[in-house]
Amino acid sequence: MTDPATPWCARCGEDRASGDHVACDSALALEPPRYCVRCRRRMVVQVVPTGWTARCSEHGEQHGDNAVDPVAL
Amino acid sequence: MTATHPIGSDDVEAGRLAVLEVAREQVLDRGVGLDEAQLLEVLRLPDDALPELLEIAHDVRMRWCGPEVEVEGIVSLKTGGCPEDCHFCSQSGLFSSPVRAAWLDIASLVQAATQTAATGASEFCIVAAVRGPDERLMAQMREGVAAIRAAVDINVAASLGMLTHDQVDDLADMGVHRYNHNLETSRSYFPQVVTTHTWEERWDTLTMVREAGMEVCCGGIVGMGETLAQRAEFAAQLAELAPHEVPLNFLNPRPGTPFGDEPVMPATDALRTIAAFRLALPRTILRYAGGREITLGDLGTRDGLLGGINAVIVGNYLTTLGRPATDDLALLAELSMPVKALNSTL
Repeated sequence: MTDPATPWCARCGEDRASGDHVACDSALALEPPRYCVRCRRRMVVQVVPTGWTARCSEHGEQHGDNAVDPVAL
Repeated sequence: MTATHPIGSDDVEAGRLAVLEVAREQVLDRGVGLDEAQLLEVLRLPDDALPELLEIAHDVRMRWCGPEVEVEGIVSLKTGGCPEDCHFCSQSGLFSSPVRAAWLDIASLVQAATQTAATGASEFCIVAAVRGPDERLMAQMREGVAAIRAAVDINVAASLGMLTHDQVDDLADMGVHRYNHNLETSRSYFPQVVTTHTWEERWDTLTMVREAGMEVCCGGIVGMGETLAQRAEFAAQLAELAPHEVPLNFLNPRPGTPFGDEPVMPATDALRTIAAFRLALPRTILRYAGGREITLGDLGTRDGLLGGINAVIVGNYLTTLGRPATDDLALLAELSMPVKALNSTL
């Protein structure tokens, strides 16, 4: 069920309540988020060898590390 | 009526497998790479010949390059907003990709180099999504390379698109020891991949880089819809260029790009390609680059390292994420493949 506070897909930017986002969720194991899940703004993303940051002009910055093991998802 | 000997499937099979014997004698024993026609035969080998092919490619790598693996980290100094239309690239400003333009500050650049060096890597490549560098980017490079060299013991490489003679000289003066500029694909397929500049323009930059005394790093991406003949053509063209290093990427279809709906290359094709490139380039650093995680997974990563690969990009890529560096380093240790030390590359 979609969290009303985070209605947008971080990968494709579409409404999570409409459509299937299984492929997006799987892809996000090897990609940083591109859209703010709260407001759908495209974020400024910086990837470095050991992690990433994604900044929404409205909702601030998120951080992450390297990819997780997609097999383990 | 003249009797003829029909060519049966056994003859065809024997003909195909003969290229493996040629590879042993020509590449493994004498160190002479396969030519384009021979490479096409390799790329057409059946799946059941793949284990033998990978074994020969691995033997070639061990004989002509040795057991060491060169480890590199890469970082994007300037992301997105590129004026070129490379159809595989999410950083083109001409496509509806979600990637937004961003610049990395110098402190973060040095931190990335420091973290890369901590993995044992000997190479750190600074990349910018541009047609070629402008003065602002060259100034950033000047400041960034100096700061890295003052803080970290690691070789600095760069990938900034097409260069002028003066820019080549400037980068060499900064201490950039290797320059990456991928031809991306074969000359015959390039117009289907890029229309805003030519394959020949890229070749010209590579020629200038070599003449300036920098090491040439040049590879590309496979699985972009090219034919096997064009893949063989590409490997042969790289062999003609004779770069110090060839980074081998597998297309990771990016949303919003013209190649965004291309299928991911089958793992067996990717492994055949690795082996073919090794047999074309017996003495060259052949580096696993982007797309290996989605194309080959963990098992394929191992197979490639035992099939001709002798260098890896560890950690993340420019806009996508990679396996944790610790996973790759653990795999290298398990395979008894020592990481090339910095002092052995100087």
